[in-house]
Amino acid sequence: MKLLFGLLKYAAAILLTIVFVFPLVFMVMASLKPDYNLLQDVGSIRSFLPVGPISLQNYQGVFDRVPFLRFLFNSLFVATTTTVLGLLVNSMLGFALAVMKWRGKNVVFAMIISTLILPFEVIAIPLLYLMAKLPWISFDGGLHLTQGMFNSYQVQILPFIANAIGIFLFMQYFKTLPKELEESARIDGASWFRIYARIAMPLAGPAIGTVSILTFLPMMNSYLWPIMTIQDESYRPVMVGLQYFYVNWGTAWGQIMAYLTLLTVPVVILFLFMQRFFVGSIAAVGVKG
Amino acid sequence: MNRTWRFSLPVAAVTLGLTLPLLATPAQAAGSQTIQLWTHNGGNKQELADVNAVVKAFNASHKQYKVVVKAFPQINYNDAVVAAAASKQLPCLLDSDAPVIPAWAYAGYLAPLNLDPKVVKSINASAKGMWKGKLYSFGMYDAVVGLVTRKSTLAALGLRTPSLAKPWTLAEFNNALAKAKASGKYQYAIDLGTGWDGEWYPYGFSPFLQSFGGDLINRKTYRNADNVLNGGKAVAFGTWFQGLFANGYAPKRTDATMRDNGLVNGSVAFSWNFFNQTQFDALKGDMIVLPPPNLGVKPVVGGGSWQWAMSSSCNAKTGANAFLKFMAQTKYFKMFSDTLSNLPVTAAATKVSKVFGPGTDMNIAAVLSAKYAVIRPPTPAYPVIAKVFEAALKNIINGADVQSELDNAVNQIDQNLQDNHYYGF
Repeated sequence: MKLLFGLLKYAAAILLTIVFVFPLVFMVMASLKPDYNLLQDVGSIRSFLPVGPISLQNYQGVFDRVPFLRFLFNSLFVATTTTVLGLLVNSMLGFALAVMKWRGKNVVFAMIISTLILPFEVIAIPLLYLMAKLPWISFDGGLHLTQGMFNSYQVQILPFIANAIGIFLFMQYFKTLPKELEESARIDGASWFRIYARIAMPLAGPAIGTVSILTFLPMMNSYLWPIMTIQDESYRPVMVGLQYFYVNWGTAWGQIMAYLTLLTVPVVILFLFMQRFFVGSIAAVGVKG
Repeated sequence: MNRTWRFSLPVAAVTLGLTLPLLATPAQAAGSQTIQLWTHNGGNKQELADVNAVVKAFNASHKQYKVVVKAFPQINYNDAVVAAAASKQLPCLLDSDAPVIPAWAYAGYLAPLNLDPKVVKSINASAKGMWKGKLYSFGMYDAVVGLVTRKSTLAALGLRTPSLAKPWTLAEFNNALAKAKASGKYQYAIDLGTGWDGEWYPYGFSPFLQSFGGDLINRKTYRNADNVLNGGKAVAFGTWFQGLFANGYAPKRTDATMRDNGLVNGSVAFSWNFFNQTQFDALKGDMIVLPPPNLGVKPVVGGGSWQWAMSSSCNAKTGANAFLKFMAQTKYFKMFSDTLSNLPVTAAATKVSKVFGPGTDMNIAAVLSAKYAVIRPPTPAYPVIAKVFEAALKNIINGADVQSELDNAVNQIDQNLQDNHYYGF
């Protein structure tokens, strides 16, 4: 009976693995085929096999058509910077809301949570106006102030640092920390910042992991906002770069698959190395992705 | 200093640091003669190379202005332009798909052009973006679709070869499709390019509607679609169009293989699509482009492709206009046509074009465009009309009631016209 149960468990696991892995296999195989063969193979088992005229020509086509490495760097830089700054800012506010006592705390919390109701599309245009008017310090042959932040990294980073979900998750996590830790630190004369930096944050590993994932992935997939604010190719992220393959009345499917493979493989490898940490952190905070 | 203050001070310092620059004044751009040019050709290597070639030549010929190219992927180009317009960040020069020009001119994004009247006159009507009698854009090329088949197919099916003087009638066209299907040689009698979405629907299929005698909007007043898009002739079009799919003549959704290669690989007998020299070469003298059938009133094909315009917010209009004047030369019209296999837009460019010149296989494209092209309605309502028409036609293809679908489309279009005070018409 135990053996049967074990076999069923493995069968279910294999089935689920197939379901999740097959699209990736299709993508990789399609990236190796010319468009004509790729489309011919769709709907048959051949689309999951390296059959027909296999080559790396689509990969060559990707690098020929777009500055892929530049786009990848831009996305990684924007996503990483936003995540790091977001962790700092959101954890500080989460700490202030969870641990400190101050007047108006509940109102501030309610306002933060209320921003979750609004989808990004609702605030996109006002945000666009704001970013067109805000000043920035530029270093072009000397230090001077310029108006507007379009065509820059900062326009892709600044609006997304503060994040209601991040604040909420940190706040919830800090609430679970034993009161005694904070009280004994205060008796020892620790400032709020020291308590936050030396006690709360080192214990917030699961929350940091979860908020990192929830910030990093949407930023890597960022699409609408860069379209609106980035006109210069040198600042474009990968998801906008994907659109370069839809030209006039034709679509370069093989190159799209090669582009996506180049994007996906590093992420999958990273996940395989860090899956225990990812799963652990999400389970600890109780958030489903 | 208590603990709360110790925590608050760094936060206050950061806030102050971020807020102070708000008092800044905009950077001065005076004196700069750099002219930004936006194009939809990101990822389209050849067309971008053509644009860059013109820009390079222009920059070399002037010291006063420097045009700088920024290329966008076509699929999100319009969104980028609209966002830029909303935040007053439009470039001086930009290209646009022809039917959108009136909407952008009406919205105040664009400024009228000041070109040599002789040059303007030389450009085909379908390659000019007009709004309220003023020229807002012109194209370096145009596009045209054709009813493409093989001479051997016509012979095998016993069909008359239609001529420009005597195109097929509706009955003859229907007969040709029925015979192609009955022959059993083809997967489908005709490919209508239904694998494409969006603009293909009004561009590719409204010529059939117009050939029946209907239209997308009343072109006399531009104030209603009622009785035009849902009148008897439009319903006749819808019913006939639905029949093409119901009778199994055309696939409801063409896959890319059939759309791009169906004629050459023999899976379809006819193709209503763009055509090119590669197909002529592949079929070695057997390919023939027929005139569009006359489905009731007149044969029609669509006209109008990407065009160049100048923004109203441009602070270097003289330079931008100088660039457009520079661009509108026969050698550049020819270059765009020959390198892209797109139709030349002036008689002079057609004459010298290697691909479309007299005696070439592709010359028929110029003939069809000159004789039958009808541009999509030049009204700011067009983007709405296009979406509504596409939705209605897709439902019709899938078997919805034709009259109801067209009535619904008319209601939406007329409501939009009313909501926008008829866009000044």
